[in-house]
Amino acid sequence: MQRLAILLFTLTLSSAACAKESFKVCWSIYVGWMPWSYGAEQGIVKKWGDKYGIDIEVVQINDYIESVNQYTMGEFDACTMTNMDALTIPAAGGVDSTALIVGDFSNGNDGIVLKGGKDLAEIKGQSVNLVELSVSHYLLARGLESVGLSEADITVVNTSDADMVAAYGTDGVTAVATWNPLLGEIEAMPESQTVFDSSKIPGEIIDLLVVNTETLKSTPALGKALVGAWYEIMELMSGEQDASSAAKTHMATASGTDLAGYEAQLASTEMFYTPAQALTLTNSEKLLASMKSVAEFSFDHGLLGNGVPSAEFVGIEMPAGTYGDETNIKFRFDPTYMQLAADDKL
Amino acid sequence: MKRLINLKPGKSGALFLGLLPFLLILMIYMAGSQARLAENEKDKLLPSFSQMGDAVHRMAAEPSKRTGKIIFWQDTVSSLKRLGLGVLIAATIGLLLGMFTGAIPLVGASVSPLLTVISLVPPLALLPILFIVFGLGEISKVALIAIGITPFIARDMLQRTGEIPFEQLVKAQTLGANSTQILSRVILPQLLPRLTESVRLALGAAWLFLISSEAIASTDGLGYRIFLVRRYLSMDVILPYVAWITLLAFLLDYALRVMNKKLFPWYLPGGAA
Repeated sequence: MQRLAILLFTLTLSSAACAKESFKVCWSIYVGWMPWSYGAEQGIVKKWGDKYGIDIEVVQINDYIESVNQYTMGEFDACTMTNMDALTIPAAGGVDSTALIVGDFSNGNDGIVLKGGKDLAEIKGQSVNLVELSVSHYLLARGLESVGLSEADITVVNTSDADMVAAYGTDGVTAVATWNPLLGEIEAMPESQTVFDSSKIPGEIIDLLVVNTETLKSTPALGKALVGAWYEIMELMSGEQDASSAAKTHMATASGTDLAGYEAQLASTEMFYTPAQALTLTNSEKLLASMKSVAEFSFDHGLLGNGVPSAEFVGIEMPAGTYGDETNIKFRFDPTYMQLAADDKL
Repeated sequence: MKRLINLKPGKSGALFLGLLPFLLILMIYMAGSQARLAENEKDKLLPSFSQMGDAVHRMAAEPSKRTGKIIFWQDTVSSLKRLGLGVLIAATIGLLLGMFTGAIPLVGASVSPLLTVISLVPPLALLPILFIVFGLGEISKVALIAIGITPFIARDMLQRTGEIPFEQLVKAQTLGANSTQILSRVILPQLLPRLTESVRLALGAAWLFLISSEAIASTDGLGYRIFLVRRYLSMDVILPYVAWITLLAFLLDYALRVMNKKLFPWYLPGGAA
């Protein structure tokens, strides 16, 4: 009985455990991840997969958190997510994960908006609607720090991102923290004033392609193919006018906006079009400080899990050094593959 | 004759057969959990019972680091308040609406078609409208529960009123009762136990509306907690919360059943409701 049950569960739930030549990558709609949509549909990912003799299936997931959960459960080998979610969901859940591609950081894409207010300090005593425990929450905590307030000075109301724009339209809601494209829509409403945004904490909210460390170790070809495909798309996006516009229009349409709307979102995103740019952040001391701040926030909010003694419980390995427990490294920034791309060796 | 359809389990046999599916589910869960935890001891998908116990202890016995309150009880109290208020409003309106529509033909002719149409509107589809009208606070959560189950209770009461034998009403009239007396002394007492039954059936839907409204915008509540910790796949919190909601739902249902038995012993033969 027990054996049968184990068999059933391992078959249904941990299909990632068995060796295979085909890999699954998931992504969700966000300005910095739209290139995956383009790469999948234009056959760029397939081309790179063929080059390294593997099969890569790129799957779009409508719900971002669901995509991260699916990756954590082992349904996918790689997935797009932010540095904070990569730490608190897969890494805290014991799934050793590697940030393969450091794609961009939010440079104004996340913001805090007050209705009729001018200054962040006015937020004191208000209710703030946001997706709790998300990067918006992190942004809020960093914002409050900057004006000498703490979460005890406000009330956090967990609000689904799907309802954020409608919620802002109601009278009771006076302050929200959210991300683009919702942020843009809210900013466009009367009396809205963005009082703090991620451009004030550059390089702290980072968008990554995260891959399962074991899978990457056993099949380095996966890392090479994904990084190769990514920088080919990046080159197209930042390259000559026509090809770039065509690619961006494709990405704009796939994310439900038009070229102008997508350009506006790109303006508040610090895209790393070349591997060299990504490597600068990945190799920097600054990353070490950012991850420390993210880990401490996550620990304070109970995101690192049950009975965790300190923020340093989950080890984070970065080129500039390791933060936290070196015997429990579950999250790694690995510049190897981006370096290969920078050296043109893919 | 030994045929399958004639084989009946004894008393202990029935108990065993009744428990068997539960035991099987438990065993399959434990085996699956063990298998996954053996592979990755921090796996979040199928936590072991001791991990769930730790989580419950953390939430039900230790004050929260952020608010200083004990999360589990705070969630429970908030949710039960919303549920209780919503159901109370729905039961009151439903009873009055059903009784007057059913007992007074002039009211029935004008209200009954409207009631039928309203009961067909899916309440969850009204949710965005609700929070634009009432805001995101407590009112819209209570309103969703009330709006969601009132038509159901009202229609049920309407039907039950119609089932009261016409002879009783005639009898009361020959004894000199006026309309108010007939409503309060003949119809109302017969509707009350049926109202409890109706509320028992509506509770399932009421829970659904409660959890849905808490998922949209909230600062506490059982549904809120489940949707919040979903963000970091905390199954060790979600599973005990689901079990707790199930237990609360069962207890509420049981309490209503006992109440009916105590207050209206004449309602069903033998008083078994």
